[in-house]
Amino acid sequence: MTPSSGSSGTMTSMQRTLTSLGHQEPDRVPLLLLPVLQGARELGLSIEDYFAKPEQVAEGQLRLREKIGHDCLYTFYYAAIETEAWGGTAIFREDGPPNAGAPVIRRFEDIKHLTPPRVEDSPSLLKVLETTRRLAEQARGEVPIIGVVMSPFSLPVIQLGFEPYLVLMHEHPELFEHLMRLNEEFCVAWANAQVAAGANAICYFDPISSSTIVPRERFLATGFEIARRTLARFEAPAAMHFASGRIAPIVDDLPATGAALLGVSWQDDLSALKGACRGKVSLLGNLNGIAMRHWTPEQAEAEVKAAIAAAGPGGGFLLGDNHGEIPWQVPDAVLMAIAEAVERWGRYPLDWCRVE
Amino acid sequence: MLPRLMAGSGIWPGPARGPLDEAIQTMSSPSEELLQALLALNRVQAGELLMAARSQGSPLDVIETLVRPALEEIGRLWEEGDCALSQIYMSGRICEELVEELLGEARDIDFATPGEAGAATRAPRLAIAVLEDYHLLGKQIVRTVLRAAGHAVKDYGRQDVDGLVECVREDGIEILLVSTLMLPAALRVRVLVDRLREVSPHTRVVVGGAPYRFDEELWREVGADAVGSSAGEVLDILARLTGESA
Repeated sequence: MTPSSGSSGTMTSMQRTLTSLGHQEPDRVPLLLLPVLQGARELGLSIEDYFAKPEQVAEGQLRLREKIGHDCLYTFYYAAIETEAWGGTAIFREDGPPNAGAPVIRRFEDIKHLTPPRVEDSPSLLKVLETTRRLAEQARGEVPIIGVVMSPFSLPVIQLGFEPYLVLMHEHPELFEHLMRLNEEFCVAWANAQVAAGANAICYFDPISSSTIVPRERFLATGFEIARRTLARFEAPAAMHFASGRIAPIVDDLPATGAALLGVSWQDDLSALKGACRGKVSLLGNLNGIAMRHWTPEQAEAEVKAAIAAAGPGGGFLLGDNHGEIPWQVPDAVLMAIAEAVERWGRYPLDWCRVE
Repeated sequence: MLPRLMAGSGIWPGPARGPLDEAIQTMSSPSEELLQALLALNRVQAGELLMAARSQGSPLDVIETLVRPALEEIGRLWEEGDCALSQIYMSGRICEELVEELLGEARDIDFATPGEAGAATRAPRLAIAVLEDYHLLGKQIVRTVLRAAGHAVKDYGRQDVDGLVECVREDGIEILLVSTLMLPAALRVRVLVDRLREVSPHTRVVVGGAPYRFDEELWREVGADAVGSSAGEVLDILARLTGESA
């Protein structure tokens, strides 16, 4: 693999990304497309078989980057992998990411006796680390490798189920706080193990903190403090990702979490978010992955242009989807059309933005 | 029995502001107070408002004039990004519990009860399910809104296509509400609809969930009869499908 393959600019993908994260304009807008399941298709495997071997996931990521030319490698397997570490299961299907099986916490009282798993004891997590190591060898520091953790505040959705978790959060504050402390220890250990294996940044998935799920007051009392404590202990920069959740009501609070990058929703006004975040925290987004299934090349180009026009000037913007994972049903041709549009319209200086 | 909620748990402790404030300003006084109580998760105040209204009208009147408008307004606020899913779920739980107390009903309303106080006067046979997905919250919220508005609804939980078709056929369901979170599950509704057309052609299918909000044409693509972008819309959809006025 050629680390800088797929980009015709003068910067490597790492230089491009770091420049933008530093709120400067690189050679072009970085494309942090996040295909995951598509690697299975590249290798002609079922999704379940693909994730069975870490070398396959590494190969899938490399082939996808060779094909699309985006600016990162992504070690994400599936969200339920963390519950596998906690003793749960993942239920695979043929046309999408696996769901988490039965909750590992069946009664609130069980939280008192819970112990966080050790990364080194989890075969599933060890596979991710092996994938990370293999990608790091190939990338040679020229392509960002993005690892993934579920936030301590969002993980309970699959530890308990969504409804019980909302009840826990609202009605059992002591048990909630105890679970957060356990999850924080696990999250920090898991993030830093990925960094040690070669991840350059950690994507901290925290949809429950979004204003789609909890109001700002509760976020400030819970998810905000948890993120601030947790991200401070990561040994690499963090992207706080809300998996399509809206953040407009909390955007002014988010820089204080310590996140370097925010994954934002197509339902938010990207231009307004940029105005609030300029010079403080960078943005990643906000293409609609669900709608992407039917995009023509012309639509892909129009969507890319609109996003770049809204948030590209001045740097601090990385183009990607708004959920943190491209749906299985999105044709490769759309992903390649997005990459071509970034190449065409994402070159700095973005003079066309000023003209239009 | 559902667990009781703590009164005044402080989720929304400050004065109303912004779009919420505007919404509250335009509502009549009892509904305004109920909306505020629900968004603040203040069960005690919500209960007092319902009991006060009950002293002046029938349980059905209370549901129609107080509970339903408040739930619909909360759904509208969420759709516009002005309140959060946790508020919808927790306020729905409060309403469901209070309505059950108000009506003095058992927890599980069944088809045996239509026509009794609080049940819809022209009750379609309703059912709700999650299709091939393990995220049950959306279904629970819609079910809660329906029950809080006095509708009887069968809850099939999580089902695959075969199981759901069989349930609908056996129970003679007229309106089936299907909740999904993941895109693959949303797309499977196409298969469900095709199967239902064969064995239960009169069943209407209403879909809801994130994929349908992210792609406004998806519900047509999968052959559904209607889509709800928030739980509050379900009551209007039912009224429309059954030929009643909203």
